[in-house]
Formats: sequence, structure tokens, C-alpha cells
Amino acid sequence: MITKRIIPCLDVKNGRVVKGVNFEGLSDVSSPVSLAKYYSECGADELVFYDITASSEGRALFTDILTEVARTIFIPLTVGGGINTLDDFDRVLKCGADKVSVNSGAIRNPDLIGEAAKRYGDQCVVISADVKRVNGEFRVFAKGGRVDTGMEAISWIKRCVDNGAGEVVLNSIDTDGVKGGFDIEMLRAVTNVVSVPVIASGGAGAVSHFVDLFRQVPDVSAGLAASVFHFGEIKIPDLKQELSEAGITVRI
Amino acid sequence: MIAIIDYGVGNLFSLRSSLDMIGAESVVTSDPETIRSADKILLPGVGAFEDAKRKLSESGLDKLILELVAGGKKIMGICLGMQMLFERSLEYGEHKGLGLLSGSVIPMQGTIPEVLQIPHIGWNRLNVVSEHPVFKYTKNGDYVYFVHSYYASGCEDSLLATTDYGINITAAVAKDNVAGMQFHPEKSGECGLNILRAFAEW
Repeated sequence: MITKRIIPCLDVKNGRVVKGVNFEGLSDVSSPVSLAKYYSECGADELVFYDITASSEGRALFTDILTEVARTIFIPLTVGGGINTLDDFDRVLKCGADKVSVNSGAIRNPDLIGEAAKRYGDQCVVISADVKRVNGEFRVFAKGGRVDTGMEAISWIKRCVDNGAGEVVLNSIDTDGVKGGFDIEMLRAVTNVVSVPVIASGGAGAVSHFVDLFRQVPDVSAGLAASVFHFGEIKIPDLKQELSEAGITVRI
Repeated sequence: MIAIIDYGVGNLFSLRSSLDMIGAESVVTSDPETIRSADKILLPGVGAFEDAKRKLSESGLDKLILELVAGGKKIMGICLGMQMLFERSLEYGEHKGLGLLSGSVIPMQGTIPEVLQIPHIGWNRLNVVSEHPVFKYTKNGDYVYFVHSYYASGCEDSLLATTDYGINITAAVAKDNVAGMQFHPEKSGECGLNILRAFAEW
């Protein structure tokens, strides 16, 4: 049966991975290529690269790095950050990305998902949503989670999927950075209404949080995290071993 | 030399890179003479069957492939490229495939348990049912990466491996000089590179 996926997310700024510590056997934690290789060898099922560069020089550097990663790592790569047009899709797909994650770009231009899905296929288009509770409802936030769009999140995500998004990354702003566990309630609300894979993001602080995630929301396909992996607080081989012992199917 | 057929469908960067990685010489091409002179053919593909088949036909590459395969050249299809090896596909209507293998490509919708998500995206295990040179380095239970909503059916005579997604889904096929992988070997880590290595040595 298909396995639950574990996905490290690498934020890249000016060609370097933001935050992290050095692991044994990894000389340069801020090199996207060596960190990606390290994760791939540790058993990461997929990698997400997020371009948080604002400048065009940084953007060019990012695509160079992506190309280099795709030349050496042979697991699925998802790329996000600054994806606003079909040209942006084209730019990162040509460098070896398999899936492209859109966030604010889909909020600004609601047709982007449909157009991209038509050109590259549903499997290529990921809707990434930053969601936060406001006055008792789930709201979509834009611009890296800073701006409340006023849109109700569950129906927004469902609409994106109906338009052709083949996967959802749900990032809970409420649990992000708290390290108290994934946002089970929010994830259930989303998995209940969409039939495509949902990737949980925001809140992982311990191995047990991943066990809880897959037990309590069996429809979730993957767990994504950044700093707990980069700081070595959770080691992917240990995480997968414990998930397997808890009866959750993972690739080991 | 392996010719990776470029007919305007999908991203060939990773496939090319993975062949570089294992030291197999390859070229991404749509040039008939280059394809003719290659030792083997890789037929990739993502997206919709009808569109991909039309592009292959419009370029005349479908006829060239049939001619070369009839002459004994080895071919391996990947994902949609594998599906095109069959007689027909029922993806949005009925469309004719290359007919190099017997069987039809049918939707998962309605055949797999309803609780399972479509597309089938992620890592799943190979249940190897017969032996073949392209599986020289492959072990039963190896994990490979799938992304698809349709699968080949009625292909018992070429079945190499299945995967469990509620039902047995065709994962790999091979008969004579024709092979196909439903998953993406170029995205399946070491297990995938092993299959490409075996293909290069086939």
C-alpha cells in the first residue's frame, strides 16, 4: 500500500538554505545541494524548495541551484515561492522541478491554477495555503502569512482543487513554529472536502506529532517540516522507524 | 546510446540527468536519424493520453517507433509513455495506442476502493511477478514513485510487477524487446536508478 510521505522543506535565500545546523557527514548545512543530498540519503520521500528571494539576481541563483539539485537527487522535487505566472512554472520545471507550488499567485490570479493544470497536468500543480483561525473561521492568508485575504479557507482550497490542483499543502499559521503538533482539526476540515493528497505543514516538534498526525487524520498523505529536520531535532531514519513501529506504512 | 524521445510532452531533464548519473550515454531527440542510430529508445510522457498520442503521431515518430521495434530495437516506456505501448486507452473517450503490447489503459475511478485518493501519488512497493533483464537489480518489495490515475489492464502476458493500491495495479510490463514502467524510475531514488541501469545494460 502507498506509504505516508515525510518531506523536508528547504527555504532558500540568495542561494543558501535559511536556518539549520551541521550534521555529522554534512559539511555545509546551508548549501542546498549538500542538504538535499543528505536528506535524500536519510530517506526523505520528497523535497520542497521554497524560494524566498526577492531580487531577480537571487531568483536566477535559485534556478541554478535547483538545476544542480535535480542533477544529483532522484526523488520528487516541489518548488514554490514567487510563482505568479505560467512563465514561472516554465522556469522551474525546466530546471528539473516535478511539481510547482502556488500560494499568493493563486490568490492574485484565480485562473493560474486552471491554466497551469491544463498545460502541465494536475499532478504538477500544488496549492499551498497559509491558513489561520479568525473569528471562528478558517481564513486564507497571503504574502507569507502576513495578510488576511478575508476568504474562507476550506471553500477556497476546494475551489483550487476543482480548478485542477493535484495536491494541497496546508500550512496552519496557528500551529506553525509552536512545535506543539500538527493542526489536526484544520487538516480534518480539509481532507473531508478534497479527494487529492493533502500534505500537513506547521507544528511538528517531535516524532510523536507525526504518529498522531497519521493516526488521527488517516487521509493525510504526508507530513512536511523544516527546522526540526534542519536542526536535527528529528532525524528522518528514527522518525520512519517509529512510524513503522506504530503501524504506519512508510518507505524504509 | 539511448534516445530519449522528445515529442513535446513532459519534462525530460530528470530522466536525462539520471542516465548521466549511472554513466549511460543518452540524447534527448526528435530527430528520426538520431533515433534510428540509437541502441535503445526511452519513451517518456506525462499529461493526457490523447494529447500525447496526437503529438507523437503528428511528428511521425509513432510510425518510426513501430518500424524500429519491429526490427528488434529495445524500447522502454515510462508513465504515459508506458501506457502508449498498449492497444488502447479509455482516458476521456477511447484512443488508439501503439499496440506493441496487448491490453487497455483504464481509469482507477470505479475499479479501486472509493476511499483511496486519485491520482495514485507516492511511493509504493513492487510485487515482482516475473523475471526480466530490466529488473536485473530489482528486488521484490522495492519502493518506487508513482503519479497516475489510469493503469494498464488485460496485460497478463507481459506483466512484470504489480503494486497494491486497493487492488493489484500494473506497475511494470515487458515482452520481447518492449518494456514499460508505470512509475517514474528517474524519481525513485536508488531503486529507480537500478532499473535504468539494467535497461542501459539490457
